[in-house]
Amino acid sequence: MEKFEPKILCLLCKWCTYSGADLAGTSRMKYPPNGIVVKTLCSSRVDAQHVMEAFQQGIDGVFIGGCHPGDCHYQTGNYKTRRRVILLKKTMEQMGINPERLTLEWISASEGKRFARKIKEFTSKIKDLGPLPEYDFTESTENK
Amino acid sequence: MAKPKVGFYWCASCGGCEEAIVDLHEDLLVVAEKIDIVFWPCAMDFKYQDVRDMSENEIDITFINGAIRTEEQEEMANLLREKSKILISFGACSQIGGIPGLANFHDRDSIFQSSYGSTCPSVDNPDFIVPQTKTDVPEGELTLPAFHNTVKSTDQVVEVDYYLPGCSPAPYLTLNAINTLLAGKRPEKGTVLAPVKALCDTCDRKDSKPDKIMLKDIKRVSEVELDPEECLLAQGIICMGPITRSGCTQGGEGRCIKANMPCRGCYGPIPEVQDVGASMISAIASIIGIEGEENMSDEHVEKIMDTVVDPAGTFYRFSLATSYLRRKLNDYAKDNN
Repeated sequence: MEKFEPKILCLLCKWCTYSGADLAGTSRMKYPPNGIVVKTLCSSRVDAQHVMEAFQQGIDGVFIGGCHPGDCHYQTGNYKTRRRVILLKKTMEQMGINPERLTLEWISASEGKRFARKIKEFTSKIKDLGPLPEYDFTESTENK
Repeated sequence: MAKPKVGFYWCASCGGCEEAIVDLHEDLLVVAEKIDIVFWPCAMDFKYQDVRDMSENEIDITFINGAIRTEEQEEMANLLREKSKILISFGACSQIGGIPGLANFHDRDSIFQSSYGSTCPSVDNPDFIVPQTKTDVPEGELTLPAFHNTVKSTDQVVEVDYYLPGCSPAPYLTLNAINTLLAGKRPEKGTVLAPVKALCDTCDRKDSKPDKIMLKDIKRVSEVELDPEECLLAQGIICMGPITRSGCTQGGEGRCIKANMPCRGCYGPIPEVQDVGASMISAIASIIGIEGEENMSDEHVEKIMDTVVDPAGTFYRFSLATSYLRRKLNDYAKDNN
């Protein structure tokens, strides 16, 4: 079987984690290339709809990066994200998706190393979980 | 000139949408004079064969209510699409899956288990006999339509021209729609024939909604005595008003709100919203404001968020079948192998 390479969507706050990711890159740190990075204005810009759509589009894991508690550029954005992620994980569980496919990490602009480590950990976790199963909507003409 | 031909059909529904048509009261008589009802199995004697015998596009307007749950419903939706010039998806189940769509948390096997199997304590069926699509009896072969795994909205099966939202659609909206179409006007295909404003925008209690809602926790309607004047969200009750279309009453104030109950989202999303449940998760998570949250551990916040009971069932109450994921997946299934 071909080795499973997960598709991971990284939604990173431009004030902290995105710069942290930048730092990891410019410092030539090694981390898996599975993440597709999208810069957001704040981690709370990430609507739960974005996460659900990502799973619908065949993304295997979603990584949200925001500022450490107390450091949000907009004062309280990261707290909103934290509450949203908690509710989302509960909902994902009910929808039959392993909530571990979604993670929220606090990574500041100076923490390039932490970013590389967290991405590495998350990627290997998703690799263990395997691909998010697609549902086959074709219906049988019998009750089997 | 011949009167326009109109048909009504029901799929997986409770029958409330049929009543919504009867709720036109005297107006129904006026409408009935202008149209020729050619198919309405719930109210008049017609056979499926009558529709099969029609030529293509013979029916001018067909209203389909209810979600698509069985093979029969899918077949009828396809047949009526072929025979109709305009097909209107009538009611919440047809438009967004509605309450039957909640069955998408399960599949055929688990539904049969709970209806015919040992999961249901009042069922005595040791051989686990379940409905079969074909059964041989001395008189010949008996057939039943197949039961699908997933409940679908009408537009997931056939092309739909217009939508009339609601559980059930308000009679004045139905009348407006019929009169508009009979006058020869044709709104853009795919139009939802209801106001575009969110219920909150037209709500009577709008003025009591603070600029910034900060809730300590979420309560259920059974736990508190609700103030009949104050915004329900401000009282800590989950109300789907922010993302749900208005239009359930002619004045726009909201049918459930008038009865001092929160909006449950039957009118479907406003045009800006794609996935009702996820959108509501974002909204509710934003308005829970906890004092001293910056010093709280994740576990503490989690405990407060646990006051939201059954988030998927609450936020996707009417729209599970048309959410991004459409149904429960089986991410855990491979663990069992």
